[in-house]
Amino acid sequence: MSTVLFFLAASGVISGAVGVVVLRNPFYSVLALVAHLVSLAVLFLLLRAEFVAAVQVVVYAGAVMVLYVFVVAYVGGESDSVGERLRGAGGTGSSGSSLRLGGAILAGALLVELLIALLGTGLEAIGGYGAPYSPGPQSFGTPAYIGKLLLTRFLLAFEMASFLLLIAAVGGVVLARRRGGLGEEDERDLLTPLDLMRPRETGTMAEGVGGRTP
Amino acid sequence: MSIAWYLAVSGIVFSLGAFGVMTRRNPLVVLLCLELMLNGANLALIAFSRMWGNGDGQILALVVMTVAACEVCIGLGMIVAIYRRRLPINVDELRELQG
Repeated sequence: MSTVLFFLAASGVISGAVGVVVLRNPFYSVLALVAHLVSLAVLFLLLRAEFVAAVQVVVYAGAVMVLYVFVVAYVGGESDSVGERLRGAGGTGSSGSSLRLGGAILAGALLVELLIALLGTGLEAIGGYGAPYSPGPQSFGTPAYIGKLLLTRFLLAFEMASFLLLIAAVGGVVLARRRGGLGEEDERDLLTPLDLMRPRETGTMAEGVGGRTP
Repeated sequence: MSIAWYLAVSGIVFSLGAFGVMTRRNPLVVLLCLELMLNGANLALIAFSRMWGNGDGQILALVVMTVAACEVCIGLGMIVAIYRRRLPINVDELRELQG
């Protein structure tokens, strides 16, 4: 049962990754990445990492991908294919294909090296099924286990991660803000502090013409 | 399934992500391929965590997810800023950092 589930999830993971790399439209790439992340969460569940799998689905496939979808919809996803078409019409397509061939060779070399490094380590435990596991409310990978680790042994890493998130949020706001101030003149005089301080019926033209009486 | 299968999948995903980073021209897709590389590393971390039976690898995977979220935030902010300035969304033509 777990073997069948592993091969289903692994084929989902790999085909999602291929889809991200190959698809022309960035919107479809984002959707392929969502499928990849959900299949990866299944693999995490098979490895008894329940909390990480839940975080993967909720935070990654939920929140971060929504951000991606919004930005793709805002920027407009067609620029890549249009650029490639123009490049192909310009006659410089050969450099692009040679670049792709070089990238494929480099990535293949990286894959071979990674597989040698990961599978040829000589660790006997790699061929095994992992450490013994007994289910329970506090066992390996449950939220209670992860929470205890995060708040005792890895407290510094936890706090550093929260600072990193804060800095990234501030940086994102600063990078994507609108430049040049508010710009529009009529956005300014909706309500100013002076309006609150001055006595009534002293000042505005509307009051003088309309004869507002208190 | 033995741990080696998970490690093989993680290596395949990592090198697919590296291939995408090297060949795609749209910075949005480059960011997506960076996510693929981080996910390959996460899968290896969690497989090793299962192999040794302690949770350190899972904590490190959570930290990697945090770093990925920060990277997405900054990267998408930069892409929106580039789009606002009417520059081409193409990493080949964005050669200068000076605005």
